[in-house]
Amino acid sequence: MTTMTDPPQESFRLSMLLNDTRYRSYTFQFIALLALVASIAYLMSNMFANLREQGLFLSWAFLGEPAGYDINQRLIEYDSQMTHWRATVVGVLNTLLVAFLACVTATVLGVIAGVLRLSNNWLVSKLMSAYVEAFRNVPVLIWIIIIFTVMTAVMPAPRAFRGDEPDATMLLNLFAFTNRGIYIPAPVLSAPLMGSAAMGWLLIVVGLVGSFFGARALGTWAAAKQEATGDRPKTWYITLAIWFVPLIVLLTIMGLTWNIPELKGFNFAGGLNIRGSLIALWFALAIYTGAFIAENVRAGIQAISKGQTEAAASLGLRSGRIMNLVVLPQALRVIIPPLISQYLNITKNSSLAIAVGYMDITGTLGGITLNQTGRAIECVLLLMLFYLTISLLISAVMNVYNNSVKLKER
Amino acid sequence: MKKTVIFGALTAAGMAAGAAAAGTLDDVKARGTLNCGVATGLVGFATPDANGEWQGFDVAVCRAVAAAVLGDATAVEFVPTTGKTRFTALASGEIDMLARNTTWTFSRDVDLKFTFVGVNYYDGQGFMVPKDLGVSSAKDLDGATVCIQTGTTTELNLADFFRVNGISYDPVPIETNAEAQQQYLAGACDVYTTDASGLAATRAAFEAPNDHVLLPEIISKEPLGPLVRHGDNEWGDVVRWTLNALISAEELGITSANIAEMGAGTNNPEINRILGTEGTLGEMLGLDADWAMKAITAGGNYGEIFEKNIGESTPIGLARGLNAQWTDGGLLYSPPFR
Repeated sequence: MTTMTDPPQESFRLSMLLNDTRYRSYTFQFIALLALVASIAYLMSNMFANLREQGLFLSWAFLGEPAGYDINQRLIEYDSQMTHWRATVVGVLNTLLVAFLACVTATVLGVIAGVLRLSNNWLVSKLMSAYVEAFRNVPVLIWIIIIFTVMTAVMPAPRAFRGDEPDATMLLNLFAFTNRGIYIPAPVLSAPLMGSAAMGWLLIVVGLVGSFFGARALGTWAAAKQEATGDRPKTWYITLAIWFVPLIVLLTIMGLTWNIPELKGFNFAGGLNIRGSLIALWFALAIYTGAFIAENVRAGIQAISKGQTEAAASLGLRSGRIMNLVVLPQALRVIIPPLISQYLNITKNSSLAIAVGYMDITGTLGGITLNQTGRAIECVLLLMLFYLTISLLISAVMNVYNNSVKLKER
Repeated sequence: MKKTVIFGALTAAGMAAGAAAAGTLDDVKARGTLNCGVATGLVGFATPDANGEWQGFDVAVCRAVAAAVLGDATAVEFVPTTGKTRFTALASGEIDMLARNTTWTFSRDVDLKFTFVGVNYYDGQGFMVPKDLGVSSAKDLDGATVCIQTGTTTELNLADFFRVNGISYDPVPIETNAEAQQQYLAGACDVYTTDASGLAATRAAFEAPNDHVLLPEIISKEPLGPLVRHGDNEWGDVVRWTLNALISAEELGITSANIAEMGAGTNNPEINRILGTEGTLGEMLGLDADWAMKAITAGGNYGEIFEKNIGESTPIGLARGLNAQWTDGGLLYSPPFR
């Protein structure tokens, strides 16, 4: 009689956690996780114990108390009687403003420098290498301080504009370049629709977005027509009209006037003041990160095989069109992922604002509020939370864009 | 290997936590040096000289405490702190005491849990403007750009002053006194505001001090004094009575010149108690009997320290004013040593 037995069912033994390669890695990861949790818990309990010993405890109540300090650049209404939380929001908006401006400028600079660095013109390509190497290899803080110091030292103070024979004059009587920043004419809506000026501006932005989609629809229609008939209808004057007619109508209805800066008292009054600290931070971040982006762009372009360029050239395309139509679209999939990190870097580096007294969130919440209330741990936790949120948001949005420009493989 | 590092770090963290609980006086004695927080550089109050030795009015307080506790006025580790870092440095135990133009306020005393041991300089916030601006009063400053050290009480006073007077201003926040000086001289701000003593000290460092005027308005009370952490009363007493000893010494005529002679004993019992030839005040503090003698010998009495660092014969040229002894019409008044 033969007995057929199944191969012995391997039962799980505790020793397999160490001896079996299938489980071993999990075991170690689990141990590492426990150790991590334990050490974080220890540090936290240590912190709370120390705080308790000094009679302190975590509390965010200070955010609701009047801040008591003034902020020079505010995108929303704010005065010293408003709360620390309001001051924090002012700081957040200032951070976002400088990060946005710097991201846009850095991208433009970086793409131009990256493409030009590959130029066949020896002088142009060497100049661009010099730019990239010089800016990439000097810390951004140094650039911020250099630009700010040069601006303060070189530009005239407002008092130089005073008197019958002033040392400095305004450009076209519209723009004043001073060591406190640049004063430019500010657009003012004298009769905004829907109540406030802010709503009026919002209306204009909505109009512009509408124009954008209108112009795009027109382009799609023209392309479809071209596919069908072979003739592309002339659309440039319609496009112009789509962009400008609603804008002009809106602005006329709402009574656009310009507020020209003029010397009054100690300073220029009226107009829009772009502060020296904002300019220094914005330019420094833009040219510094622009150099990194230039390298990303160069790497992206060089990753496209030369055959593509040659094939396009053999079709008779000019080099500018080869770059725009053939090389750059393919290079984007190499360029975008590191570009995301550069945007994150700009946002995080904007916290160096304190070096030039730009009131970003590190200056308000992490600076004055922290100092006045002494709530260091709470403020720093909030700061971390803010930067984390912003970074993850930028990353998420850019990844959506990255997916949309990825090579579609069918 | 990695485990060892982690356990090492944990042990170190645990020890640091334990150390904070023990008495600061014992820590200082065991360490042999006093960690004293001072300003990052304010001429006359705290600044390193050409040899890298810290000098100044606030520095002298640190030295007096070190002399009283350790018997050595040079056994001080000076930790430069900015307006932003000073409280964290003190609360975390990085420094044992802070002597740095810090205003005694309610919230710092009560909410931040610090103990101000006294006042070594009665100050008030003032304004400095270039002479050619033609401003004679702070109330004429409507629309001016004002440089201000961020994270200080002056920032709050400034907002209040302009608000109360219904005039506007444009604040330029600056991190340190040196930066403020540079911005002010470049004309990036019309006005520099901080404590009047700080303004005088800053102006003294200018190339042409006479081109700048201090406006007459003093817009706040700024009692500046050394502070320690809450909850360590023995250590607070040591710093408090060292400061009081310096003030009493001036009142009683004990100077660095005659202290040796007086230390031998006088017919004034209070002098004898301070200098340790009578009574047991030193023992009560946990110090040697001649603790106050060492403290006063370190830099002289309060008046001597004042004259040497910020007085009228120095470039800073501050008059005693409110900081004169109560017997001379000032506010300085030390509780009795008995």
